[in-house]
Amino acid sequence: MYWRNKEQITQVMMHSEEEIYQEHVLDHSDDPYHRGRCIDATHAHEDDNPLCGDVVRVELRIQDQRVAEAWFDGEGCCISLASASMLMEELEGKTVQDVRNFGAEQMLSLFRAKLTPNRQKCCLLSWKVVQSALYSPTNDATGNGETG
Amino acid sequence: MPAVDAITPIDPHAWRTDFPILETRIRGTCPLIYLDNAATAQRPRQVIQAMVSAYEEHYANVHRGVHWLSDQSTDLYENSREKVRSFINAVHCHEVIFTAGTTAAINLVARSWGDSQVKAGDEILLTMMEHHSNLVPWQQLAERTGCTIRFIPVRDNGTLALDNIDELVTERTKIVAITAISNVLGTINPLQEIISKAHAVEAKVLVDAAQSAPHEVLDVQQLQADFVAFSGHKMMGPSGIGVLYGRETILERMPPFMGGGSMIRRVRLDGFESGDLPAKFEAGTPPIVPAIGLASAIEYLSRIGIAAIREHESLLTQRTHQLLQEVDGVRILGPGPAQTAGIVSFVLDRIHAHDVAQICDRHGVAIRAGHHCAMPLHKALGVNASNRASFYFYNTLDEVDRLAAALKDAKKIMRRA
Ligand SMILES: Cc1ncc(COP(=O)(O)O)c(C=O)c1O
Repeated sequence: MYWRNKEQITQVMMHSEEEIYQEHVLDHSDDPYHRGRCIDATHAHEDDNPLCGDVVRVELRIQDQRVAEAWFDGEGCCISLASASMLMEELEGKTVQDVRNFGAEQMLSLFRAKLTPNRQKCCLLSWKVVQSALYSPTNDATGNGETG
Repeated sequence: MPAVDAITPIDPHAWRTDFPILETRIRGTCPLIYLDNAATAQRPRQVIQAMVSAYEEHYANVHRGVHWLSDQSTDLYENSREKVRSFINAVHCHEVIFTAGTTAAINLVARSWGDSQVKAGDEILLTMMEHHSNLVPWQQLAERTGCTIRFIPVRDNGTLALDNIDELVTERTKIVAITAISNVLGTINPLQEIISKAHAVEAKVLVDAAQSAPHEVLDVQQLQADFVAFSGHKMMGPSGIGVLYGRETILERMPPFMGGGSMIRRVRLDGFESGDLPAKFEAGTPPIVPAIGLASAIEYLSRIGIAAIREHESLLTQRTHQLLQEVDGVRILGPGPAQTAGIVSFVLDRIHAHDVAQICDRHGVAIRAGHHCAMPLHKALGVNASNRASFYFYNTLDEVDRLAAALKDAKKIMRRA
């Protein structure tokens, strides 16, 4: 018999891996902050991870060099949705410079739950899209935002 | 009652002892449940040993030396070709071209046959369920030649919609390239019907047998296919080896694809004469030991018996369908077990495929998550990503139960229970 008893396995699992799907992660992915469109967006960018089919679009309203509003939309796994939601919350009120300085390491620590390198990609998707959005004014942007 | 050929049922536990990797404990503790066989199968000790012996005792370059060792190596390499010939029941050994895999084989046809035979205005017919390997090389051919690609649609139930086949297969059709078994849906396609339609308008047919060669009887004469491609690594051989079968009369008229050593008869400074089949299509030092490994895998497969493999996988697939249907919120992609091989893809309501696979992994269950190299098919099915469990003869019913348990756990963890 190659199979161990079930209790043993469950126990081992609990100890060997830190829980990714923590309450705060699930709360964010089930009920994300600012998932939708930003009316009056001045900056926007969209990207995908073709490997897993995740897509994220970020829309920002930048006013006086500050992020007045941050919205995201898209399809993705729990990690990519939750991280996008956390990031949108975090961005609002920050200066454009602060957002530029907000690095990948900071994104991962904002997420809190520890991720394997594979899943870090999911967590960093919206962060990458935000970084590009700073340089992507929308067509009807009024010019008071950051044009990079 | 008509007499039925008795098939000795497979005892997977008996065969598993040949597969060292199936003893693996994930993260050192949790038994591995390997349900990603459509991506690549595992290999038994016998195949690994055949390759080790080849390196330790018989290895030299082939077709080049006059020395003893090179003869040994050449014999083993050419015997492997004969094993493959007999496995697929080809008429001639030289109709078996060793390639790096299915992808390389299809690219060879699209380049060599395609560039010489296809022109603007011609049509290539594919299906909407093709692996990217049997789609992108044709798209590239279309870019080069200006030909048009058309698609046989897939019904909601995951079978090919052949109602309008007569409008799709016309005198403009030059080749029909079609998978024998969908690597996502598991659907077994009616090849015979499509091949006879294609031949009626003098179109060629390429069968992508990557998913069928490990699990189904492959008889190229009975099938009447013009080209058949498959990979060693999905049928217990090593990676880096695959086969292109081509009908002799067609291969003979095709120009070589890659140029280099071995594929020539004579080279002058101002040109070359290409060699005979199969060398014409095997430029450079071939995958010698992988070919020997593939032959060993074929021997092993024949010992088990393809019919018995099919029977056992059918039990696994039926059980998977049954258990998955009992889990609320599971949508199985593809037709019922009667029309599918040992592949079951599914999506869980409001849980992303990645999260499902991650939680399955905690239970030691290795399944695939994503689009499985079939993005257009996923788009047609209206899903971004799916999960896929795929079986081989060494999988057990117990493992299917563990998969179902892992899915229930995923629902609980993700608060969807
Ligand atoms: C149906 C089908 N065609 C083609 C391929 C490509 O095979 P390979 O990657 O071995 O070239 C695969 C496997 O991934 C497949 O499942």
